[in-house]
Amino acid sequence: MPDPDRPFQGILFDQPGGAAQAEQSHQPSCFPDLNLDQALDWMTTGRGEYQLKPFFYTPLPDPGAVKYRHDILRDLENEPTRQTVQEFATQMHRMRKQLEQAGKLHYRYQQERWFADAVDTYCQAVRALTEGLSRLELSSRGFHGLTTYLTRYIASDAFTSLVAQTQQLYRDLATVSYSIHIKGNRVRVSKYEDEPDYSAEVEKTFAKFKQGAVKDYLVSFRDWPDMNHVEARILDLVARLHPDVFAELDDYATRNQDYLDAVIRSFDREVQFYLAYLEFTAPLKRAGLQFCYPQVSAGGREISADASFDLALASKLISDNAPVVTNDFALRGAERILVVTGPNNGGKTTFARMFGQLHYLASLGLPVPGQQAQLLLPDEVYTHFEREEDITTLHGKLEDELTRIHQILEKATGHSVLVMNESFTSTTLNDAQYLGTEVMRRVIGLGLLCVYVTFVDELASLSEATVSMVAAIVPDNPAERTFKVERRPADGLAYAAAIAAKYGLTYQRVKERVSS
Amino acid sequence: MKAFLMHERADFDLEADPPPLSADLTQDLELGTLWNAMAAGDQFLFDVAQRAMLNGLTEPDSIGYRQAVLSDCLASPAAVRGLYDLAVTAVEGERKVFYGLFFRDSPEVILHRSVEVLQFFTGLLKNLRTVADEQAGNFRSAGFTRLFSMLSAELSDEYFAEIEAHLSTLRFRRGVQISARLGSGNLGTGYVLRQPREQGWRDRLPLGGRDSYSFLVAERDEAGMRALSNLNGRGTNLVANATAQSADHILSFFRMLRTELGFYIGCLNVHDRLTGLGEPVCFPVPLPPSAEPDLAAHGLYDACLALHTGTTVVGNDVQAGGRSLIMITGANQGGKSTFLRSVGLAQLMMQAGMFVAAREFQADARDGVFTHYKREEDASMRSGKLDEELSRMSGIIDQIAAGSLLLCNESFASTNEREGAEIARQITRALLDRGIKVLYVTHLFDLANGFYQQNMATALFLRAERQADGQRTFRIVPGEPLPTSHGEDVYQRIFAADLDRSAAR
Repeated sequence: MPDPDRPFQGILFDQPGGAAQAEQSHQPSCFPDLNLDQALDWMTTGRGEYQLKPFFYTPLPDPGAVKYRHDILRDLENEPTRQTVQEFATQMHRMRKQLEQAGKLHYRYQQERWFADAVDTYCQAVRALTEGLSRLELSSRGFHGLTTYLTRYIASDAFTSLVAQTQQLYRDLATVSYSIHIKGNRVRVSKYEDEPDYSAEVEKTFAKFKQGAVKDYLVSFRDWPDMNHVEARILDLVARLHPDVFAELDDYATRNQDYLDAVIRSFDREVQFYLAYLEFTAPLKRAGLQFCYPQVSAGGREISADASFDLALASKLISDNAPVVTNDFALRGAERILVVTGPNNGGKTTFARMFGQLHYLASLGLPVPGQQAQLLLPDEVYTHFEREEDITTLHGKLEDELTRIHQILEKATGHSVLVMNESFTSTTLNDAQYLGTEVMRRVIGLGLLCVYVTFVDELASLSEATVSMVAAIVPDNPAERTFKVERRPADGLAYAAAIAAKYGLTYQRVKERVSS
Repeated sequence: MKAFLMHERADFDLEADPPPLSADLTQDLELGTLWNAMAAGDQFLFDVAQRAMLNGLTEPDSIGYRQAVLSDCLASPAAVRGLYDLAVTAVEGERKVFYGLFFRDSPEVILHRSVEVLQFFTGLLKNLRTVADEQAGNFRSAGFTRLFSMLSAELSDEYFAEIEAHLSTLRFRRGVQISARLGSGNLGTGYVLRQPREQGWRDRLPLGGRDSYSFLVAERDEAGMRALSNLNGRGTNLVANATAQSADHILSFFRMLRTELGFYIGCLNVHDRLTGLGEPVCFPVPLPPSAEPDLAAHGLYDACLALHTGTTVVGNDVQAGGRSLIMITGANQGGKSTFLRSVGLAQLMMQAGMFVAAREFQADARDGVFTHYKREEDASMRSGKLDEELSRMSGIIDQIAAGSLLLCNESFASTNEREGAEIARQITRALLDRGIKVLYVTHLFDLANGFYQQNMATALFLRAERQADGQRTFRIVPGEPLPTSHGEDVYQRIFAADLDRSAAR
């Protein structure tokens, strides 16, 4: 059990150094095959500033770390909590934009003012977050740790002084008013002396002619954030008219350069990992699909999921308003391998991807597609997908495929997951049967958790470790796809029989049609 | 400042939507002929005449208000045309000064032009007041009396002096003074143009710390001069807007004056035409819409026909007090349609506040005037024609209400008489029960006679006069419907030569 009094380490990892390690991660090789690269792109769209991908490339090492995230996510699924965090994120984003703006400007008093705005935004964001979290019912260790940290932080001298200085600065700047007199190319800047508003005087004189609504002649001036050299010159003179206010502005900017707290900065970034995923899954949930917190174990024997689906495909289908088909699977006792057979385009590959995605997402400590799931916490998810290749390099392709599976089997352990999709199709059925059987024996030997998509029916009944799954068809209309993958014995003839019936070419129908 | 020559307490709305189905009304009563006479070639006057006649008045008091103004105009036509020309000069002149002003111009440009326009208007306002001072004694109507006294009171010499002072200040010969605060990013914000105080001791006696600093933007520094002009623009934006809007307001006053006088100029124009032909005109006596239906006329003629032919036309007398159905039958080309149009025209002219084409005319004002005329169409499309007629009538029924007037001319003659009469009878009866006044010109004996046989106290039957020898007088006189419309007469006349020949054989 981790020490409950241990100081807050971050919202993603409860161990020191977890985040720093994640920074070094690269995209796992299974990502393209499982379409997780696409899903991740969609998820992180609009969140580029947070550099979230390394976190998605870093699976967790133990169930404790997974639980840490599950608890935080459960808090975040509570709408007020999510809103509080989202509002903080919005403010922090605004703060960065203000700093960015300060950096782009040329004139010191402008830079300093934008800097003060950034600090002000930060102070308000941190306070609102602290107050918001304190009011909420939070159950995760992560959020409790954060709240404790924040409460101490905003009570600190450093923070209270920062707030006080900023407010005083604003009050002083607000008192500054001035007059500009322009005649030809001569500009005179002076203190404002309550001279009357001349536009109002003119309006008063002509009021008697008022005839109802008339056209608006106001010219709209675009307000660019940066000033020109004439405005800068005027501002300098305004500063000379109000020397104390502008001296304080200079001092303020120098004194407070390091205002941003490192823990808060990290939280702002890391919490986006959760928000990105929740936001990505929200439309799927609205469409009636379910997500669950999987039971994960390092050496789990019972593996199952109900009403699960391919995350990337579902996301695409939902955005096109198309229905999503869900699938179930279960492995009990000695069963370790799902062998999937059936017609082309019947949902076999999608099923295989789903299996791989479930395990990878579980290892990130995220909710997974499905009504319930019991999953292995894998040390690695391996994929072996058919590669698109030119027919003329047929020999090379088979060789390449075998090389790849060999490398995988060298590294894989009994805690690994393997997804094999249409391997060895580039050779004869006999070869495929042979190669498949050989590879399968090794997989069984290693005790890998595996899904194996193949057109070789025989592999489905190779041993007590294999379970046969078949992509289902509609008997009356074989062209229609159900995308359901069901547990039953492989039967390659089912599809052929159905399509024959449809065209009246079954044995019976052909006999009847051929008149005697 | 308001003209108020068309309504006692409201502007005349030149943009008002015409009442529904007024296109049919315009076509059937040939209103275009009258409006062209009023316009005398000026499209603007045409538009004003059209709007005033289509959107007429119903209260006798408001009609009387215009009749009084028009009487003044008829008494002093030269002065009224002079006022009108002044308004036209203002409106046309402004258009020339503002030529080329686009919406995205700078406040400096807008301000400059507005000051020019105001200067121009000030001169015309002075002229206007002079006319008002000189002519006030010659005008009696409430409308003109109010207008002239308003001009004298509002456009005082002191007021002109105040305007001149502003126009001088607005040229900013001593520069512009603008106040500002610090906004986002320490950029200036809240720019307000200030009336500079008189330069005084403050500039000569700097006490203690300095309270102003100056600098020069180099003339060759184009970006700097642009920045200065931008700043100037932000400062003068509001005043440029206020000045331009003031100019617009004065322009609207002149426009309104032009529009409202324009109606009377139109009346003067058509008055000149009709009296030039020797035709009589008179101010009608309007009765409130709530009164018993009435129509009493002496020498009522079709103004459009007179204007069109340029000759005097036959006038009719009619006494139809208490009658809500007037059915007109009789000879083809006997003047029925002309009579119907003369009633419609007089009704509309009366309700616009005009004189009417008659020696005497009295009627109750009506809430709406509608027409249902037979349309000339391809004779082969008989059934289509009935459809068209029914559809048009249905359109009228959608819009018509109690208190309206409906003028029917040969309606439902496109089918056989029995059918046509039955359709017309049912519609007419329903309209009468709903408080609508109906004038119906028809050949349909079955229809006309059907109503005649009922001896209704509220129905009047008129007939195109036909002398014993078949000659038409184009006069409409009281008379019961007759079973023939004397097509034979026409036939006789047209085929006279042929018939003579065959008789001679």
